[in-house]
Amino acid sequence: MYHSKILVTLRQSILDPQGKAVEHGTHSLGYERVRNVRIGKFVELDVDAASREEAEKITKEVSEKLLANPVMEDFSFTIEKK
Amino acid sequence: MSLRFAIVVFPGSNCDHDSHYVAETILGQEARLVWHKESSLGDVDVVILPGGFSYGDYLRCGALARFSPIMRDVVRFANNGGVVFGICNGFQILVEAGLLPGVLLRNSSLKFVCKYIHLRVENAQTVFTSQCAKGEVLQIPIAHGDGNYFTDQETLKRLEDRNQIVFRYSDATGAITDEANPNGSLSNIAGIINERGNVMGMMPHPERASDPTLRHTDGRKVFDSIVESFVSQTQLT
Repeated sequence: MYHSKILVTLRQSILDPQGKAVEHGTHSLGYERVRNVRIGKFVELDVDAASREEAEKITKEVSEKLLANPVMEDFSFTIEKK
Repeated sequence: MSLRFAIVVFPGSNCDHDSHYVAETILGQEARLVWHKESSLGDVDVVILPGGFSYGDYLRCGALARFSPIMRDVVRFANNGGVVFGICNGFQILVEAGLLPGVLLRNSSLKFVCKYIHLRVENAQTVFTSQCAKGEVLQIPIAHGDGNYFTDQETLKRLEDRNQIVFRYSDATGAITDEANPNGSLSNIAGIINERGNVMGMMPHPERASDPTLRHTDGRKVFDSIVESFVSQTQLT
């Protein structure tokens, strides 16, 4: 069994109003040096795969087909043996 | 002749009955609610993907509804030239399913916006707008938190070149301004159609502006156009 941790982030070209609002929040708190807040998603899942390669392949496919929308999001992931 | 409408019901749809009511009672056509777990639409002429919050908007709006069993048949129907109309969440499902280009992001205000807005008809030569005039301004309500249409510049240009932008948010006079844009949509886009002209998605709710009891009836023009397109087709054949 392998454990995947997937990060889904908005593409740089996409405005992130939510991140902007949080950035304003940090400034209101007095942390005016905070910049470029971007909000993304974190997904973790187990893959019942025989090898790391197979787990990577499945994680990649699931990310491409479902977890991230390529029009607006990028993704990256790490995998460890469980 | 009576048209057969199928309105797909996903878990979390909440405009399904409104659409059914408009099709059956206001338009006087046949209408049927189709549960998302069904595998076939049956014999239908028009499919409506209604508004709502399918699957609680989990992951992304429309992302999970796209995998409902019925969607396979909706895609088949659309690919065969069948008329498919996505309203609000239905529009979000159509882009997630790849039947329309682009994506609907969080409103730039971060707020859920529920109010009457004005729409300018950009293309009146579609199945969905033949009863409107080009440049006509319609008053129809919106109710969404994620209606901020976005796509890359290349796709935007293609949409413009091929006249696929059907509705834009405007003011009451038809001027396309930033102030009239309720959600930050690219180029004030409120509704688009696919290249073939049989699949349209829009964020505003025409089904909520079709019954005279509710005062505004501009939305009915969209439904009348759909019906008219079949009538004129029949006359031709």
